[in-house]
Amino acid sequence: MTLTAYIEGIGLLGPGLTDWPSSRAALSGQQAYQSHKTVLPPPVLLPAAERRRSGTIVKLTLATGLEAIAAAGLNAADLPSVFSSSGGDGENCHAICEMLASDDRLISPTRFHNSVHNTASGYWCIATGAMTTASVLCAFDASFAAGLLEALTQVVVDNTRSVLLACDTAYPEPLHSARPIPDAFGIALVLAPQRSARSLAQITVDLSDASADRLDDAALEGLRKAIPAARGLPLLCSIARRQNRQVVLDYLDSSTLAVAIALC
Amino acid sequence: MNPLWLSHSTATSSIGCGLDQTLTALRVRRPGLVPCAFDTVDLATHIGEVAGVDAVQLPAHLADYDCRNNRLALLGLMQDGFSEAVRAAIGKYGAQRIGLFLGTSTSGILQTELAYRRRDPVIGALPADFIYGTTHNTFSVADFTRHYFGLTGPAVVVSSACSSSAKVFASARRMMAAGLIDAAVVGGVDSLCLTTLYGFNSLGLVSEQACRPFDTQRNGISIGEAAAFVLLEHTPEHLDADAVLLLGIGESSDAYHMSSPHPEGLGARMAMLDALKMAGLQASDIDYINLHGTATQSNDAVEGKAVHSVFGSSTPCSSTKGATGHTLGAAGGVEAVICALILQHGLLPAGLNTRQLDATLDIDYILVNREQQVARVLSNSFGFGGTNCSLVFGRTGKP
Repeated sequence: MTLTAYIEGIGLLGPGLTDWPSSRAALSGQQAYQSHKTVLPPPVLLPAAERRRSGTIVKLTLATGLEAIAAAGLNAADLPSVFSSSGGDGENCHAICEMLASDDRLISPTRFHNSVHNTASGYWCIATGAMTTASVLCAFDASFAAGLLEALTQVVVDNTRSVLLACDTAYPEPLHSARPIPDAFGIALVLAPQRSARSLAQITVDLSDASADRLDDAALEGLRKAIPAARGLPLLCSIARRQNRQVVLDYLDSSTLAVAIALC
Repeated sequence: MNPLWLSHSTATSSIGCGLDQTLTALRVRRPGLVPCAFDTVDLATHIGEVAGVDAVQLPAHLADYDCRNNRLALLGLMQDGFSEAVRAAIGKYGAQRIGLFLGTSTSGILQTELAYRRRDPVIGALPADFIYGTTHNTFSVADFTRHYFGLTGPAVVVSSACSSSAKVFASARRMMAAGLIDAAVVGGVDSLCLTTLYGFNSLGLVSEQACRPFDTQRNGISIGEAAAFVLLEHTPEHLDADAVLLLGIGESSDAYHMSSPHPEGLGARMAMLDALKMAGLQASDIDYINLHGTATQSNDAVEGKAVHSVFGSSTPCSSTKGATGHTLGAAGGVEAVICALILQHGLLPAGLNTRQLDATLDIDYILVNREQQVARVLSNSFGFGGTNCSLVFGRTGKP
C-alpha cells in the first residue's frame, strides 16, 4: 500500500545548513559541504514572554516550519501539523534532572513547560495561531520516517495539506555521552494531496525491507547517521540534484521507507 | 469515519489491575489516591500509585528496557488476556500488519533522574549501567512493547502531554484507513517520576488533598500512573450487542498558552464538535461524558463552559480522576477503557471526592453512581501546550 503526496515547501536548518535554497548546492554535490555550528534565528513570531522562554527546539521548529510554509505560499494557521523529535529540548531536560538530584528540587514553571515533548508544538500553535490538529511524535532514531508516515496519512486519509516538522537538539553532558546528538538539526516539509503550481516533487512512499541509502559525501553521511531528523537527508539530496529516483530512508529495525521521487 | 472495533482492552491504574478490579472500584467508589510516599518526594500531595510495579520483571532478553515505565507497561499487558489477544492478532494479520501507537508524557525519565544522583563525583559522568535509549527516551515504551510481541509494523509514541493516549486513536485510525495496517495496538503508559510531581508543583497545580474535580474548593491535581491498552480492528460484519466501537475523533489546538487553557474553551469545544461530526452524531445522541476534569480551577472551569456550550446541562458527566488521579499521558487510554466498561456494564461512575459542586458550571456532574444502559459516550482529553482530543465510543446494540 503506497501513500502519495506532493512536496510544496521545504525548510532546513542544521550544522552548515542555513536554509533550503542556500543548502542545495552542498546537498547536490556542486559545492563542498562544510559543517559549522547550527545558527538559530530568534523566534520573532512569538509574543515577548514566550520568546524569552523558548529553547533550542522551539527556535529550530519555528525556523524550519516557517521557511517551508513561506516557500509553499501558505498560511501556517490553516495547516495540520506533525512534530517529530527523538528527544525534545536536551538542555532543558539536563537542567531539570540536575535540579531534581540536588537539595533544591524546586524547578521553575518555565523549565517544566519546556520539558514536555509537545513544547515545540505548543509554541508553534501560539506563534502561528494554528488551532488545527497537531500530532506530536517520537520514535527514537526512527522519528523522521515515523513523522513522515503520520503526515502522509493526514494528507491521504483526511485529504488535507500537512506540515511535517522533524527536529532534534543536542543534550549537554553528561547525557550527551549517553545520547551523542552533535547539534540542532531540523527538516520541515509541506505536503499536499494534489499537485499545484507550487509542487516541487511528488513522493510515493511505502514500507520496505531494503537497506537505507547512504550519502556519498562523508560529512553529510556522518550528519545523517548522527541526528535522527537528518535521516531524511537522502530525500532532500535527491530533490537538490533534480533526480527522479527512489530513495530508501531509515525507519525501524524491522523496516525502512521507500520513497519514489518524481519532480514536478 | 468507518467505526473501529475495540476488540480487546485493559487498564491498570491505582484503582486496580485489569478490567474486573477497575469496574469493581468504580462500582464501590473506591479511590486509588493516597498520601505521597513515592521515592524521596517531599511534597504534601496525594498520588495514584500502582501496586506491585517494582516487583515486575522484564524478560531477560529485554533487560535493557528495565525502568518503572516499562515495568508498568508489562504489568498492564499481562491483564485480561491482552497479550494473548495481541498474539492471536499477529497470527491473524501478520506481525508487520499491526501498528503500535502508545502515548506517554515522561516515559522512563525516572531512570535518568535516579542516574543523576549517581554521577561520578569527579568527572560528572552518568553511571555505566544507565541506558538512555531503552529507558528514558520517549519511544522506549513502544520499542519495549514491539519487541515484547515481535511486532514489525509501524510503531510510534505520541507525546502531547495529557492528550497523548487519546490522540493515539487518531493516528491509528489514519494509518488503518490508509491501508498500511490491518489492526492497531493503542494505549498509554505513564509512571510516577519527580519531573511531573515537582513540575506541576512549581505551577501551583498539585493539590494537597485527593483531587476534587468540579468542586467549588478544587485546588489542583493528584498525579497518578497507569497503563491502558486497546486492540483496534476493522468492524466485522457480525458483532455481539455489547461490542464497543470507536465512532468519532476530534483534535484541535488552543494556540493560546503553554499551561493555561483557552479561557472560553474554544479548542475543547472544537474537539468535541469535530468528534461528533466525524461520528455523524448530534450532541443529544451522547449519553455520558467522561470529562478531562483534572480538578485545577481553570481547567474544570473552561471544560465546564465548553461542555455546556456543546451539550447544554442535561448530559450526565463525571471525571474519573478523583479515583485514578491524573495519569497524564495514560489518561486518555485509561478513560477510553473506562468508557468501554461504561458501555458494556451500564454503569455511570460518579465523580469521587467532590463535596460541593461548583454551581457556576452548568453541567450535570454526577455524584452518585447511576446504573443505566447507555449507547454512546464521549471522552475528553486536554493537555499542556493547548492540545485537545475528544473520542466518541458506542455500543453495537443500542438499548
